[in-house]
Amino acid sequence: MTLPILQVEGYGKHFQLHEQHKLIPSSHNVNFSVSAGCLTALVGPTGAGKSSVLKGVYRTYLPSAGRILYRDAMGHELDLVLASEHQILELRRREIGFVTQFLHCLPRQATLDVVAQPLLALGVSRIDARQRAAELLSAMNLPERLWSVSPATFSGGERQRVNLARGFIAKPRLLLLDEPTASLDPATTEQVIGLIEGLKSEGMAMLAIFHHPETTSRLADQVVELAPPPAVEELLKEIA
Amino acid sequence: MNKILEVRNLSKIYGPGCPQCLESTGPEADTNLCPHCGSVVAIHDVSFDLFEGEILGVMGESGSGKSTVVKNLYFDQAPSGGEAIFYDRDKQHDLFALNAAQQRWLRNHRFGMVYQNPHLGLNFNISAGGNIAERLLMSDLMDYGAIRERAKALLARTEVLLSRVDDLPRNFSGGMQQRVQIAKALATQPPLLFLDEVTTGLDLSVQARILDLILEIQQELKTAMVVVTHDLGVIRLLTGRAIVMKYGRVIEAGLTDQILEDPQHAYTQRLVASAL
Repeated sequence: MTLPILQVEGYGKHFQLHEQHKLIPSSHNVNFSVSAGCLTALVGPTGAGKSSVLKGVYRTYLPSAGRILYRDAMGHELDLVLASEHQILELRRREIGFVTQFLHCLPRQATLDVVAQPLLALGVSRIDARQRAAELLSAMNLPERLWSVSPATFSGGERQRVNLARGFIAKPRLLLLDEPTASLDPATTEQVIGLIEGLKSEGMAMLAIFHHPETTSRLADQVVELAPPPAVEELLKEIA
Repeated sequence: MNKILEVRNLSKIYGPGCPQCLESTGPEADTNLCPHCGSVVAIHDVSFDLFEGEILGVMGESGSGKSTVVKNLYFDQAPSGGEAIFYDRDKQHDLFALNAAQQRWLRNHRFGMVYQNPHLGLNFNISAGGNIAERLLMSDLMDYGAIRERAKALLARTEVLLSRVDDLPRNFSGGMQQRVQIAKALATQPPLLFLDEVTTGLDLSVQARILDLILEIQQELKTAMVVVTHDLGVIRLLTGRAIVMKYGRVIEAGLTDQILEDPQHAYTQRLVASAL
């Protein structure tokens, strides 16, 4: 048994809104691990803080509690909660990918360049990067006539395929997936499931949230059930 | 990844200064004007690191001191306190301990600056090509033919029509003036570039093309940049990390996506919430 790539211990997140004088709890005491070649799925009702866990791992959110231990390609262990900004940027470039719920890109950038971007950041030449992007997009059945235009005018399913291709292309060691199949039709969903299975068998570790319980049961090696965080008063009681 | 610039406790006070200046100004005091002696604490205790090839954003409202930071680092002004170390290949320069000639040398050879106001960055009495030639001359390139070729290549790179190389900057549009400024700043291929509100006041389509150009240049040349702007869109598009300033102090620093999605300080939360 190899050591997990990611170990989350007691993760918690709340937002302190100064202007409104409010403390908004988001995740509370979350524990799980993710291993190479395995997919860990987060499930739970809306408001259970599933996305907040992904964003905490990626450090788009500053975690409020707990440890997020990441084992890098060299075998070094690092607590992502305490890691420096440059350490996080380096991990994002080389090891940790994130497919967000919605595709964010410039409305004037060709789809091929959107997908190729993570490779460019790694120093791959523009020609090679675009070539790999083209291969990936054709594997995902995105019509070639769309490759040179911006995803701004695409349908939800087309956009989501672009989003996934960008997340996969640099082959991160750990991939975070936030509802990657939510807006896809059944046929495309099947293709994406196939792709995820392929990447898993190549050894990629994944932490995912799926819209459909059925997708979860098909792809997940481990399911972590999150409960909505207790209301703030209870949290405060616990601290006291 | 190597550090290229290390700024520690940078401070700039206009006026006589008094012992109560620091405690009477800043975000808590809600002013940068000292009520006891009338001095303006433009910046105080500003510290950050910049790595090779990285773009750092400095954000904040007018009067927060963000431009003062880069003006001090580019030697347009002398700071009241603090230090900055510039790591240049195998050398280290303690910026504010250098004499005027050494500072001028770094400015001409190793730094570049693009100002919001093109009048500060360009000489309006000489042609666009002449402006670039001037900078190349200062960096010891003396051959006329070589200078002219290099100037043309730079203007072509920043998408200035070559038929206008010999025109005066005053006859250019605002966007074109910024392109000439960028070409001039890049003339010596500096490893460190300061950009002070470079797209403020330009119309949106021109803004977008200039920002795209800056990103392309950053990818090609791996230039480290400090980008000063009040525009959250520019911060989001260009920078990987950012610092937030208010009344001369750094109130928050972090990864750009974290600052925009999970701002910690009350002021940053208000700033992000007021984005269009």
